Amino acid sequence: MKVTIDGISIEVPDGTSILNAARMIGGDIVPPAMCYYSKLQGSGGKCRTCLVKVSKGSEKDPRPMPKLVASCRTTVMDGMEVQNITSPEVVEARKGIVEMLLLNHPLDCPICDQAGECDLQNLGFEHGAAKTRYEFDRRTFEKIDIGDKIQLHMTRCILCYRCVFTADQITDHRIHGILNRGDHSEISTYIHAAVDNDFSGNVIDVCPVGALTDKTFRFKNRVWFTKPVDAHRDCDHEKCNGKVTLWYKGEDVLRVTARKDVYGEVEEFICNTCRFDKKKTSDWVIEGPRKISHHSVISSNHYETLIPLPVVKTNPLLVEANKEQFERQTRL
Amino acid sequence: MGRKLLLEHINVPGINTFDVYRSKGGYAAVEKALKTLTPDEIVEEVKKSGLRGRGGAGFPTGMKWSFLAKPEGKARYLVCNGDESEPGTFKDRYLMTYIPHLLIEGMIISSFALGANVSYIYVRGEMMPQIRILEKAIAEAKAKGFLGKNILGTGYDLELYVQPGGGAYICGEETALIESLEGKRGNPRIKPPFPAIAGLWGCPTVVNNVESIAAVVPIIRDGGEEYAKIGIGRSTGTKLISAGGNLVKPGIYEIDLGLPVEEFLYSDEYCGGIANGKRLKAVVAGGSSVPILPANLFLKTAALAPRLMSYESLSDGGFATGTMMGSGGFIAFDEDQCIVRNTWNFTRFYHHESCGQCSPCREGTGWMEKVLHRLEYGHGKMSDMDLLVDVSKKIEGNTICPLGDAAAWPVASAIRHFRDEFEWHVTNPSAALAGNFGLAHYADPLPAPEPVA
Ligand SMILES: Cc1cc2nc3c(=O)[nH]c(=O)nc-3n(C[C@H](O)[C@H](O)[C@H](O)COP(=O)(O)O)c2cc1C
Ligand code: SF4
Ligand code: SF4
Ligand code: FES
Repeated sequence: MKVTIDGISIEVPDGTSILNAARMIGGDIVPPAMCYYSKLQGSGGKCRTCLVKVSKGSEKDPRPMPKLVASCRTTVMDGMEVQNITSPEVVEARKGIVEMLLLNHPLDCPICDQAGECDLQNLGFEHGAAKTRYEFDRRTFEKIDIGDKIQLHMTRCILCYRCVFTADQITDHRIHGILNRGDHSEISTYIHAAVDNDFSGNVIDVCPVGALTDKTFRFKNRVWFTKPVDAHRDCDHEKCNGKVTLWYKGEDVLRVTARKDVYGEVEEFICNTCRFDKKKTSDWVIEGPRKISHHSVISSNHYETLIPLPVVKTNPLLVEANKEQFERQTRL
Repeated sequence: MGRKLLLEHINVPGINTFDVYRSKGGYAAVEKALKTLTPDEIVEEVKKSGLRGRGGAGFPTGMKWSFLAKPEGKARYLVCNGDESEPGTFKDRYLMTYIPHLLIEGMIISSFALGANVSYIYVRGEMMPQIRILEKAIAEAKAKGFLGKNILGTGYDLELYVQPGGGAYICGEETALIESLEGKRGNPRIKPPFPAIAGLWGCPTVVNNVESIAAVVPIIRDGGEEYAKIGIGRSTGTKLISAGGNLVKPGIYEIDLGLPVEEFLYSDEYCGGIANGKRLKAVVAGGSSVPILPANLFLKTAALAPRLMSYESLSDGGFATGTMMGSGGFIAFDEDQCIVRNTWNFTRFYHHESCGQCSPCREGTGWMEKVLHRLEYGHGKMSDMDLLVDVSKKIEGNTICPLGDAAAWPVASAIRHFRDEFEWHVTNPSAALAGNFGLAHYADPLPAPEPVA
């Protein structure tokens, strides 16, 4: 199937969505996605940030589609032509969506644990307006603990439903979901039941904003002061491969997460033991520094600018990656 | 006076019982359909009748039926949409309350035509009395052999269930209704797939409004062509209009489509004019979701032709100067009504009823509600009108289901036609709190249309 997005053509298999076709092309023409998550069935279609214009339906039926469509949930047809950043209509609509998403958001990034790795922050930075036209009180909720490891701060939630799908599809049983309607909807466990099973920690990783955060990491540090390092261990959980990213500050592992790709999606889900209970370097086999996109503030913490950590010195792979620093250090 | 097809016997005492309904010719259409017609012939009759969905969108019913997928070994379902929650619309409730057997008869014929052996009537949760009435009527029909196994000895089986909803407007949207019927949260689904391919339990499903299904009864009884003789152009047959607001005689009327709106509003046979000798200021013609029109544009189109109660004539002029038939919820406003307050009230409803899945609808409805609230209570700004129009544009067309559009249109149209009344609320906040803008020029004769060059 041939599809053309913003003038760039690509051949894709049957059943590919416009968004995934765009990701195959890569670069600036990839629509932002706040709710779609390729590993979660049925996700997408809700946030509307990925709207695009289909200017030609297909070779067979070239009529354009009457409305903008959610690229994450629209499959390509042979000969389809799509406009994303080349359509002023799409750019305008997306600006509107970003404004809506931020409307009731507290914008409390300075005190939010997600800051620096927040999809909403990045989206607002790239597509939003500098000022809001909203002059009313924002919706607020009390923070609640769902179990001893996860905290929910509903005020920041954008209702992407990712955590609900995760709990449905990845964990043993789902006991949280969405209550109420409209802008008073909330993620909840209804009677504050604890979300507690082997895979529940994954809801933290899928959450695009700071609504679900890791209580064992909360307020320990800003993510851009920590160093991500890929590592693995021989995990005995049958569904977990033990492939993670460790987030170091000095010699301490402050946090363990799954490995996230350029679209903020995890490569593989991990179990709670790996995430919450293995916070010593000795628990892990170090693979090497995690590549972080230059656009991310996390990469402001360049490996070159810091004196190599002790942990780096003892691991051949990290020694290799930090060669330059070692040289500089020995020169001094 | 037009012929009544749905409400012909509505005043017969006991018409809500099987025996009286039967003695007035009820269930004859079922006998005719099951004994003398094939399912395809019924679909053909409905196509010929030109019946258009009475639930709001006006999609031709026969065409919708013919789109139903028929894969081998998979059940098909008919679901009747009795969720009626649109402000201004109360016709389905009336039918279900007073002549429940008409709906059941229609359900039997339609289910047979679609090859459904289990069908559902999904009724809004607040309508508990109607749910009881329908359940009682179903039991009666079943006892007389019109439901259950081997109906009338024809070998056709049908079970009919009534499902109460939870009382959410959004569950009237067909895919949200299906989710709710499956026992889930009533969030509209992302289409495609459409219900005709994968609906209830993933099976091909048709969702039809109560009145659409009731209209199948006279179509089969008298023939599709006979039905199509009533009405005008592509608006065939009769339509129930629930008239409310400042009218002398509010209520449910069955009209022939194509009736001039002037006659509907002012003749003694229908609404009998505006109550208390007041003058008409504005009309919402088809339920809260359709654009509001000032009196002058409602009575005449921009081309100065008299407006008719038909799908085409009401939408003449598009969004600039027209409106829509919608679900037939007719609301008349007299000169003492405040359009700003009414717009705020409608928006409050959509804000409350948005399911909250898509960000533009979830956040935008609340935003518009807050801005309108501030305008109504005298704290508005001149820039608010443009802001509202802009927000409504950001919602419209960018959402999963049409509730987003339905929330945007009343606001956009009110500002389009009544902008000076909104501005007056900003410039005279204390007067706006004490009194209201009045009729102003909203009933003045329209200017002659510009000659087309
Ligand atoms: C927000 C929303 C609410 C709706 N509510 C109703 C309703 O209460 N009753 C109804 O018959 N149709 C309602 N509809 C229209 C249905 O989605 C569907 O089009 C209709 O039931 C189809 O029946 P028809 O073809 O017989 O008109 C609603 C649509 C939307 C978007
Ligand atoms: S808590 Fe996070 S993952 Fe869950 S719906 Fe809200 S934003 Fe999405
Ligand atoms: S448009 Fe509104 S009601 Fe419809 S699916 Fe989106 S949020 Fe829900
Ligand atoms: S990513 Fe497509 S709608 Fe959210």
